[in-house]
Amino acid sequence: MNPLRTTGLSVQRWTKVSRAFTGGAGLLVVVLAFFPMFMSANVVQKLTALFILIMIASMWNALAGYGGLVSVGQQAYIGIGAYGTVWFAHHGVPPYPAMFLAIILAGAISVVFSFLLLRLTGGQFSIATWVVAAAFTVIVSLDKGLGAGTGISLIELNQYGPEHRQDYTYWFALGATAVLLIVLFVLLRSRMGSSLQAIRDDEQAAASVGVRVMAGKRVLYIFAAVGFGAAGAMTLANTLFIQPNSIFSVQWTAFAIFMVLVGGLGTFEGPVLGAILLFLIQDWFADLGVWYLIGLGVVAILFALLLPRGLWGTIEERFGLQLMPVGYRVRGLGRSPGADSGPLEEADATEAAAQT
Amino acid sequence: MSKESATPVLSARDIHKHFGALAVLDGVDFSVGADEAVGIVGPNGAGKTTLLNVLAGSLEPNGGSVWFHDQQINGTSATQRSRLGIGRAFRIPRPFGDMTVFENVFVSASSGGGLRGSRCYERCLEVLDLCGLTPLANRRAESLGLLHRKRLELARALATDPVVVLLDEIGGGLTDEEATELVLTIKQLRAQGVAIVWIEHIVHVLLQVVDRLVCMNAGRVIVDGDPDSVLRDEAVIDAYLGSGVV
Repeated sequence: MNPLRTTGLSVQRWTKVSRAFTGGAGLLVVVLAFFPMFMSANVVQKLTALFILIMIASMWNALAGYGGLVSVGQQAYIGIGAYGTVWFAHHGVPPYPAMFLAIILAGAISVVFSFLLLRLTGGQFSIATWVVAAAFTVIVSLDKGLGAGTGISLIELNQYGPEHRQDYTYWFALGATAVLLIVLFVLLRSRMGSSLQAIRDDEQAAASVGVRVMAGKRVLYIFAAVGFGAAGAMTLANTLFIQPNSIFSVQWTAFAIFMVLVGGLGTFEGPVLGAILLFLIQDWFADLGVWYLIGLGVVAILFALLLPRGLWGTIEERFGLQLMPVGYRVRGLGRSPGADSGPLEEADATEAAAQT
Repeated sequence: MSKESATPVLSARDIHKHFGALAVLDGVDFSVGADEAVGIVGPNGAGKTTLLNVLAGSLEPNGGSVWFHDQQINGTSATQRSRLGIGRAFRIPRPFGDMTVFENVFVSASSGGGLRGSRCYERCLEVLDLCGLTPLANRRAESLGLLHRKRLELARALATDPVVVLLDEIGGGLTDEEATELVLTIKQLRAQGVAIVWIEHIVHVLLQVVDRLVCMNAGRVIVDGDPDSVLRDEAVIDAYLGSGVV
């Protein structure tokens, strides 16, 4: 092989657009941090709810979209994040540090379950995750110290005034969302990121090229559990009251799937978009009761039929646009620079040229 | 019958593998030297792919041992064997469909190859060039046709910088012209000192590359030697080629 023949080619990860967007996203987080100072309590609470949705969507997408781990039981960690907070707070830890500890607890519990669950694949894995979540529902429902089936409040939060409490929760949720997204982005851009995608696409083939399959899955599973734990702790802080049947409900997974499929499975930006969409739909139509759920179902079906790659997946495919790039592009293939990251039609032309 | 290569890089001794009552490998001895290209032929069901799976670590044998140089590697996983320097290409290509061609190769070079940073990129670009995939580097792998999938399969195996590659019918389903292109690539590999084990039904393609031929039948190696004498062997004609061919 002649190294000279490969000169002129380079590997690109960032583009001007993606650099600008990522900088803008960082700036947005800073701006959002000042929101409680001039926004109403209602807006602050709603935005907290949006951050929770973004966490859930991004973490579920990390598992399913990047790791191929289609879990329908991540509500286990939402519940652990929430009930863990209650438990630590009842044992004398101040509420916000209790949330932090509960998030770590979710991660620790996921380490144990990873040894059981990650031995399974496909549908078996999915169902087993659900079984674990259901088991936690039962355990908590039987524990009178945690309010049993009737639920429990985080009364320790009353030590803060209502307006401060809302602001602290907002900042905690904003911080957690930002940290999770940054860690996910760094993880996906690392070598492990491409290894995870290889595992998702074909586990056996990934092993045959030296990918440490189990280690990769475990890192992702634990990270996602931490993220779902954070979403659970924030849900409790935002609503103050939880019941086992709702906090461990499989409906969280249904929402996660909706956001990720509509936004774009396996894209970094898509789930954030999906979360915003679900948030708006909830905000506008939740009063419609059962029709709202029917509407959600119809939207999901329409996306599956008409835009199977989701909103962002379609944009990415049509325009080659990546705002938060986690992949690799080879530049200098003898076409105009823009075409290197360009749409599929141009790539087809390239294959035709290669075949001649 | 068997002809031991002078310095085996990969060898299997008295391998037994059964699935239930069915003995698929029944005492197979096999080796490939550091400078060798060995072809494996035999009728369907002879145990060729099973042998490759045992060598690659995808299947654990029920008996016998697998050696890499002088290290026994029974019980090591496919991942570990890839990292040792055993590359493999599957019969039915298994691309990472949602990733680009470059990213497919990058996974190999960074995982099995253990390369980092710009050295890793360089290796990927070299391998893509060698396998004629450079113009398709940014294509999603699932959109590739069969020839390019096969090349990608080969490219991924090579990106791990293997000492030996195990190829399973990578010429199958290709036109003669396409197969000839693939042969040129594999010859270049040999020139770089990579040992090759190649299962193939298209014998005339195989003969352009290999300098030793092994014929298997019913879970055993029936003949092992230089290609001409193997193809003239009565047992091979009976079991595989048929009397009308030679």
